[in-house]
Amino acid sequence: MDDTIATIIAAAAPLIYATMGETIAEKAGVINLSLDGSIMLSAMAGFALTYITGSVIVGFLAATAVSAVIAALIAFASIELKLNQIAVGFVLTLLATKLSSFLGTAYVGVKGTHVPHLAIPGLSDMPFVGTVLFNHNLSVYGSYVVLIGTYLFLYRTRRGLELQGIGERPEAAFARGIAVNRLRYIYTVIGGALVGLAGAAYSLDVKFGWRENLTLNFGWIALAIVIFGGWHPVRVAFGCYLFGTLQVVALKLQPVEALQGVSQILPIMPFVLMIFTLLIVYLDWFRRFGDRHPAWRRLLASDPPAGIGRVFERE
Amino acid sequence: MRAAWNRAGSKTIAVALAVLVTAALLLASGASPIESFRLIWQGSVGSGPKAADTLMAWVPLVLAASGLVVTFAAGLWNIGVEGQVVMGAIAASWVAREFHAPSAAVITVALIAGIIGGLLWGLFAGVLRVYGKVNEIFGGLGLDFVATGLVVYLVIGPWKRAGIASTSGTDPFPKEAWLPTVGDKLAPIAIVLAVLAVIAVYFLMRGTFFGLRLKAVGANPASAYIIGLSTSRYLLSAMAICGGLAGLGGAVQAIGFQHKLVPAISGGYGFLAILVVLLAGFRASLIAPIAFFFVMISVGGTQLSLRLGLNSSLGGVVQGTLVLLTVLVGGWQVRRARQRVRLEAEG
Amino acid sequence: MSLELRDIHKHFGRVRANDGVTLRVEAGELHGLLGENGAGKSTLMKVLSGFIEPDSGTISLDETTLQMRSPRDAIAAGIGMLHQDPLVFLPFSVLDNFLLGSPPIDRDSARGELDRLAADFGFSFDPDAPARTLTVGERQQLEIVRLLWLGAKVLILDEPTTGISATQQSLLFEALRTLAGQGMIVIFVSHKLEEIEVLCDRVTVMRRGRTVGEATLPVAIDTLVEMMFGEAVAVTGRPPGVRGGPALRLDGIAADDRLTRLEDLTLEVRAGEVLGLAGLEGSGQRTLLRACAGLLATTAGTIEVGDRDVTKRDYHQRLAAGVHYLPAGRLEEGLIRGLTITEHFQLASGSNRFLVPWADARGDAEKRIAKHSIKGASDTTAEALSGGNQQRLLLAMVPPDVKVLLMEHPTRGLDIASADWVWGQLIQRVEAGTAVVFASADLDELLRYSDRIVVFFAGRVFKMLDASTADADQLGHLIGGRDVA
Repeated sequence: MDDTIATIIAAAAPLIYATMGETIAEKAGVINLSLDGSIMLSAMAGFALTYITGSVIVGFLAATAVSAVIAALIAFASIELKLNQIAVGFVLTLLATKLSSFLGTAYVGVKGTHVPHLAIPGLSDMPFVGTVLFNHNLSVYGSYVVLIGTYLFLYRTRRGLELQGIGERPEAAFARGIAVNRLRYIYTVIGGALVGLAGAAYSLDVKFGWRENLTLNFGWIALAIVIFGGWHPVRVAFGCYLFGTLQVVALKLQPVEALQGVSQILPIMPFVLMIFTLLIVYLDWFRRFGDRHPAWRRLLASDPPAGIGRVFERE
Repeated sequence: MRAAWNRAGSKTIAVALAVLVTAALLLASGASPIESFRLIWQGSVGSGPKAADTLMAWVPLVLAASGLVVTFAAGLWNIGVEGQVVMGAIAASWVAREFHAPSAAVITVALIAGIIGGLLWGLFAGVLRVYGKVNEIFGGLGLDFVATGLVVYLVIGPWKRAGIASTSGTDPFPKEAWLPTVGDKLAPIAIVLAVLAVIAVYFLMRGTFFGLRLKAVGANPASAYIIGLSTSRYLLSAMAICGGLAGLGGAVQAIGFQHKLVPAISGGYGFLAILVVLLAGFRASLIAPIAFFFVMISVGGTQLSLRLGLNSSLGGVVQGTLVLLTVLVGGWQVRRARQRVRLEAEG
Repeated sequence: MSLELRDIHKHFGRVRANDGVTLRVEAGELHGLLGENGAGKSTLMKVLSGFIEPDSGTISLDETTLQMRSPRDAIAAGIGMLHQDPLVFLPFSVLDNFLLGSPPIDRDSARGELDRLAADFGFSFDPDAPARTLTVGERQQLEIVRLLWLGAKVLILDEPTTGISATQQSLLFEALRTLAGQGMIVIFVSHKLEEIEVLCDRVTVMRRGRTVGEATLPVAIDTLVEMMFGEAVAVTGRPPGVRGGPALRLDGIAADDRLTRLEDLTLEVRAGEVLGLAGLEGSGQRTLLRACAGLLATTAGTIEVGDRDVTKRDYHQRLAAGVHYLPAGRLEEGLIRGLTITEHFQLASGSNRFLVPWADARGDAEKRIAKHSIKGASDTTAEALSGGNQQRLLLAMVPPDVKVLLMEHPTRGLDIASADWVWGQLIQRVEAGTAVVFASADLDELLRYSDRIVVFFAGRVFKMLDASTADADQLGHLIGGRDVA
């Protein structure tokens, strides 16, 4: 049991990176739809650079840079050129995916380095918690840091409040002397960098290597989880671990002949849950319920940042 | 006039840049760009069978892209088009497997089933959007994956090949269900359907009240409603039309090309069609040539892997680069025009 | 301390919102900025608060010229602006709204500051409540407190009385007097004479992007009205039309659009009658128009058009029954950007045919363009038309024989010629038996064209007037909620 939970935690680590990155960008008002391609190209670049230099750190840096550049392109197209974020993000998704296949041919199937295991001395000896949380590698520990860091940054710091402000009502943020578009650039790029970490976490840890379409659909799943989580890091993380659980269950069911179909259906569950969440939060009875029970509403609220996807332009 | 020149100009700049980027990529991987372009040409239209392959890939792409012209006009981002292609293929496969009758009847019913399958799936995303307020991008994306999940489930579950469950696909359909071909691959019915679809959509958008009202709803739903149009009816119709056309594309792919149901039945044509429509600037008149150019690259691109050992995804890289650059250059020109207007007004 | 704006120019497209404006305000002064909607007041104030960069002109405080590139510079110089729709973040808590954009401070101290400042003015907030639960008045109070805390020496208020209660208004005015008394500069922007009259020490009047006069209060109302409108308004009543039977009858209706609640409203408009709806913005006029149009569900009562009960009918069914509605936002809820005049006429035709007869359509459009003297060609797109021509197009799209025409601000932002033309058209329709119900913030327009005027105050009918015996003064008082008859 302990081991199973530990596997789930490790399997969800890349998704934590990706969803936290996307949450940051979307909360600042920019939709980075390129996730599926960004993760893929970063996974490829991370693996290739690690293979060439022998350094996992260089690999992670390369992965970060690749997705950060893609995110910067989306920010530029949206802020400077006033182009549709969805259109640009979508094109970049397909392009980055194909680029990863094209550029990654030489690295398919080669054995490379991966993130070394690192049990945390002391902590990993604790019963249950030690196995589940502290007997992993740096990539997994990093996901805790990013998760907790995102939460604290958004809800416990002034900068985090500003970030939410520029995504919620950019005009009001501007009126308070905040440089809306400059911050949107910064947070989109930071979000993109985190998405890049997700790619490296796949190719250098979870999946141990590179092959074509290694991370196919994980980006779309991450996008779905951000919505399912209502743009709140803790609920988004819950979504990631829920999906990790589904993945592990599917893996365990695979050998059971009779349940073959079921294990194939599980990966699409995030999308079904996302649609269900989106449906439910707009139902009238849900809104009325929320009005009557504010405490519940806080927990279940799923309103996107009001300024999401909208270009801010001063008059 | 100036606008037309600008449009042509931005296309030229984008194409030139895309060619440069591609050439650089090819050089970097040690291949001669000229040789590569020649191989793509030869591999796509260089011989009869190759041209047949290209045309058969063109069909689902044109069908899905024609449908997308309608949804984009209605202001909808129908990313669910991929799932609509898949559902069309599933519905047609079901008919092909279960319905035993003379060939003409099976084919007709299978194609109609394909249309209905895609239409219902499109309508589903539309209903989620109109009545459930679920954004069509995310609803459609979700339904894409549900459709893909369903096809995998069918292929390794209820419709698996006798004895073995493999993701390589179902047993081939009975021959009666195959679209008749000229030569080995080319199914003239499929080509005719695609041509008819693109012409129909062109006239729908140019000549009919439906097209005009759809444009109104897409450009400004609030005004359209005040003028007296039922916005939800038009949004749902657009989703249904696009779903139907995409579903037909899936059906053709199943009974006209693969002759069985495979997990990758959509061939990614739904998503690729979005690129085609973006590059066509949402105009039906440009769909057919751009789609042809795209499938040439895709089909011809496989030659690069056979002859030069390059990854066949190069085609996708070229398509993506071209669309991205076109969109960016277009945005850049609009920005420059805006600045010019501002300067003139101030000066 | 003194504030001076010199020769400010700002245009948007073809509109010269500010055309060489100069304004000077002294410390301790409650300065009113008066003008009709669209006179350029908001633009000028947004320039002053750094929200808009002017095309040219200078701003100086204490004889020092300020470099104003963004609101950040304005805040640093001690200039704070309360926008018409207070720029608060609705899902955030009151305290977070207070803190956002402030210099570093820990939350507990900020909480204390908020409490202290609020208490100074008799405001009270729950710092942890989300701002969306605050009324518009409370959101304003929060913004004022925040701006003062940031060190504002110049406080600008843009139409602050819109949508707030009478109690909140008196609390607000009290606070503003206190601030001016402490030596601050307070600029109070309004298009309502009554408020300026009660509150301000001096007033500057703007018209069409320019300042047209200044006065120290109290001053005769006529003087201000003359400055605002350019000439003393001679109210000439429209000759009463031929009244027919009841065209629209409301019986005890109730409706709620979350901003205003209408309750138990009974009203009858006859064919060939013009009914004006007066009141501060958000007092119930828009709610009533939308309820009549079928865009807002009524929760009680019945609505009849002619002798048909349409209570349960939706907007499109009422359209078919001859009820048409023209909202104020011409490009938002009326015309469609990117579509041509011809296309608009075809959309409005409601044709059952499948194919658009494009050849005839163009000729038809050209005829109607000529008939309605629209300055534009058949292939001109809606957004390329001027406001006046957009309104002409909208009216041209309404069939000639409608029973009830509901209009929101029919001439807002229009030049005199277009406004006259619009009313010429409307009067023709009225004489042919259409009932017109219109909401307006223009007292002159209300008095000149209505047969009867309904004055709304805080969501209820405050008074019903016969337009031929009413005058601007009385109407102004009624709109402010004072019945001095």
